[in-house]
Amino acid sequence: MIKSFFDKIRPHVEEGGKYHAFRSLFDGFETFALVPNTTSKVGTAIHDAIDSKRIMSFVVIALIPALLVGMYNIGYQNYHAAGVDASFFTMFLYGLIVMLPKIIVSYGVGLGIEFVVAQWKNEEIQEGFLVSGLIIPMIVPVGTPLWMLAVAVAFSVIFAKEIFGGTGMNIFNPALITRAFLFFAWPTKMSGDQVWVSTESWFGLGNTLPDAFTCATPLGQAAAGIDTNLSAMEMFGGLMPGSIGETSVIAIAIGAAILLWTRIASWRTMLSVFVGGALFALLFDSVGAADNAVAHLGLNHLFLGGFAFGAVFMATDPVTSCRTEKGKFIYGFIIGAMAIIIRVLNPGYPEGMMLAILFMNMFAPLIDYFFVQSNINKRAKRMSNK
Amino acid sequence: MEIYKIKKGLNIRLQGEASPDIRDVNASSEYALVPDDFCGIVPKVKVKEGEQVLAGTALFVDKATESIKFVSPVSGTVTAVERGERRKLLAIHIQPDSAQVKKSFEVPDVKSVSAEDAKQFLLETGIFAFFRQRPYDVVPSPEVAPKAIFVSAFSQMPLAADFNVVVKGQEDDFRLGIQWLARIAKVHVGVSPEQVNTPLLPIKDAEVSLFEGPNPAGLVGVQINHIDPVNKGEVVWTLGAEEVLFLGRVLRTGKVDFSRIIAVAGSEVEAPKYARITLGQTIESIVAGQLKAADHHVRVIDGNPLVGRKAGTFLGAHTTEVCVIPEGDDVDEVLGWIMPRVNEFSTHRSYISAFRKGKAYNPDCRIKGGERHMIMSAEYESVFPMDIYPSYLIKAIITGDIDRQEALGIYEVAPEDFALAEFICSSKLELQRIVRQGLDILRKENA
Repeated sequence: MIKSFFDKIRPHVEEGGKYHAFRSLFDGFETFALVPNTTSKVGTAIHDAIDSKRIMSFVVIALIPALLVGMYNIGYQNYHAAGVDASFFTMFLYGLIVMLPKIIVSYGVGLGIEFVVAQWKNEEIQEGFLVSGLIIPMIVPVGTPLWMLAVAVAFSVIFAKEIFGGTGMNIFNPALITRAFLFFAWPTKMSGDQVWVSTESWFGLGNTLPDAFTCATPLGQAAAGIDTNLSAMEMFGGLMPGSIGETSVIAIAIGAAILLWTRIASWRTMLSVFVGGALFALLFDSVGAADNAVAHLGLNHLFLGGFAFGAVFMATDPVTSCRTEKGKFIYGFIIGAMAIIIRVLNPGYPEGMMLAILFMNMFAPLIDYFFVQSNINKRAKRMSNK
Repeated sequence: MEIYKIKKGLNIRLQGEASPDIRDVNASSEYALVPDDFCGIVPKVKVKEGEQVLAGTALFVDKATESIKFVSPVSGTVTAVERGERRKLLAIHIQPDSAQVKKSFEVPDVKSVSAEDAKQFLLETGIFAFFRQRPYDVVPSPEVAPKAIFVSAFSQMPLAADFNVVVKGQEDDFRLGIQWLARIAKVHVGVSPEQVNTPLLPIKDAEVSLFEGPNPAGLVGVQINHIDPVNKGEVVWTLGAEEVLFLGRVLRTGKVDFSRIIAVAGSEVEAPKYARITLGQTIESIVAGQLKAADHHVRVIDGNPLVGRKAGTFLGAHTTEVCVIPEGDDVDEVLGWIMPRVNEFSTHRSYISAFRKGKAYNPDCRIKGGERHMIMSAEYESVFPMDIYPSYLIKAIITGDIDRQEALGIYEVAPEDFALAEFICSSKLELQRIVRQGLDILRKENA
């Protein structure tokens, strides 16, 4: 049935058809609904069942626990701030209403551009943005206006991805470029203590909070020298102010388990980010200045802010991380270390994960270069020894 | 015996492995020698249509090196010199006669033969055509002395013929062939742990190495890389283990005998087992009556599902197995990107099948995804047990950067070395084709 539906439309979108301009859109939907039954012409007759659609879909699945907790947390923070009691369901529904427009805008703008580019280059649609498009709304503060999100997504898809040649060719993680763009274009909307709680009421849900309402993230509080006083439950469960998807360590851990079990994310990268972060967090804890509260968060660093989310979902991006197995250890370690260094030593930025990953995106090819070059040198040496 | 432990790789179990029984196949009504089976040569035809030939008569030679002869596997009448576009020679067809007369060759004494005479004998009998050289994976030039000759005595490719079955009773021919090769250059034979206590060993004229580990430990390229890698400017020869038997037989009898035992396997074969055939036979004559009645399309593969090609009319010259599996172009699968797909094999454990260890699968020939840029990192590396970065080498080939290809070790590889990587590639790149084209361009550049 599905097949005959697509077969009916196909003549219209093929070369010469009336709606040829929508070929890439048609292609995208068809391959999503039906596994293409093209068979191999040359080379291996059989292929592994995996493809990039499946990989990207599984990353999206891995993101869902963090997304759900994030939505609930939006509601929880709002009602908590207003001092109003509400049921679990009400809070979640409020979070869903606040979150949904962001997801729609992110996917709408990003996939829209992808469809146009695919049509223009006469290629198939690349699935990479399925992941970026969901990560983006999860790593911005809840107070980000939709139009800013749209501008940032458009900037990142065009300038961080498509001009390099699309998924697989980009140097920087598009989701992080979106966030970095927002961060530097509208700094006051992206950090500080006014953006972390949704302050509006929607469809009768939620509470309108006064304009002057402030609530800082735990890292922001620490940077300002305020004692954070978080319980372990708040920290792991994720009921604290922060970017939407980053707060719940438990939800992120479920995502990490999915990614590692399916072997989609590299355990090498993930592990070494945590190792690097832990070592430097402990180091600063023991030698940091007494009046620098951020230095003395110790291992809590790994569970606060975007550290865990970045380590699990963004440092492991296969395209922008190191492509050699050994390189991944170094790459991950420096990301972890760098994130803590930025947090502790730079009073301007309470959060360091975004900059650490982007910075190492830039150096990943250099790390790879050393390992590949050593293989090349070995080969050259073998020859000259003959 | 040196022991090499291979860690990287992947064993793929498919349904329809051949049982060790051997059946005889009737002679086909037509045989053919296809020049394209021999990489890197330009054929020059030596016979005319209607001409009588013996088994062992040269049908064509290499234009550049006319001493390389490609001989008829059977005696009979040349029925057609088939040409394609721009008069490219496609095949020479022979109708076999009932007498099957074989040309006689004078065999020098293996103990005293010189390297030059030993090589000459290979050229005369047409055995030389079956050698391949690294670099480029082409028929070697007899003028360039190889640094060594490598023979792998096993294959772990899915559904591949088990050489232990093939060689049974012919171990002396194998050793005789190896002994001959040892007159030309140092010979390395790679064996699997299962072969250690078989009559195949000992082989006293060759350096025998034991390779333990998953597929592709049986690939000669992997073995070369571990034993004595090829450097720029060096040449090594490789010869299929089954083709060593061709050599052994002509040495023993003075007459060529291009019969071989191949596996006829795969889920679409009624009773998968081995078949005794002769080189150049039609595929039709081999699979006729062997297939299950199927309500779906099937694909006959000349070779195995990883290193092979869609079968043409005639069996390939190097082919050691014919496999028949579902084609899959008539399958319509809904929402594959999210379905559990119980029966689909994948190295990524996003399928239920990840919980079913050791299960034999029955995949079809669908690519199951669209071609993308290389997205996942270090994917190929996990099944590529050589001291080479395959993904970097592939990129260097795609971008046509010859200096970098050389630096990354292109002289050490053949397309078949990338078969497993092509299988697991989530971006669905045609790696074997890319490597073949890269080698061809490189060879032209270096000529």
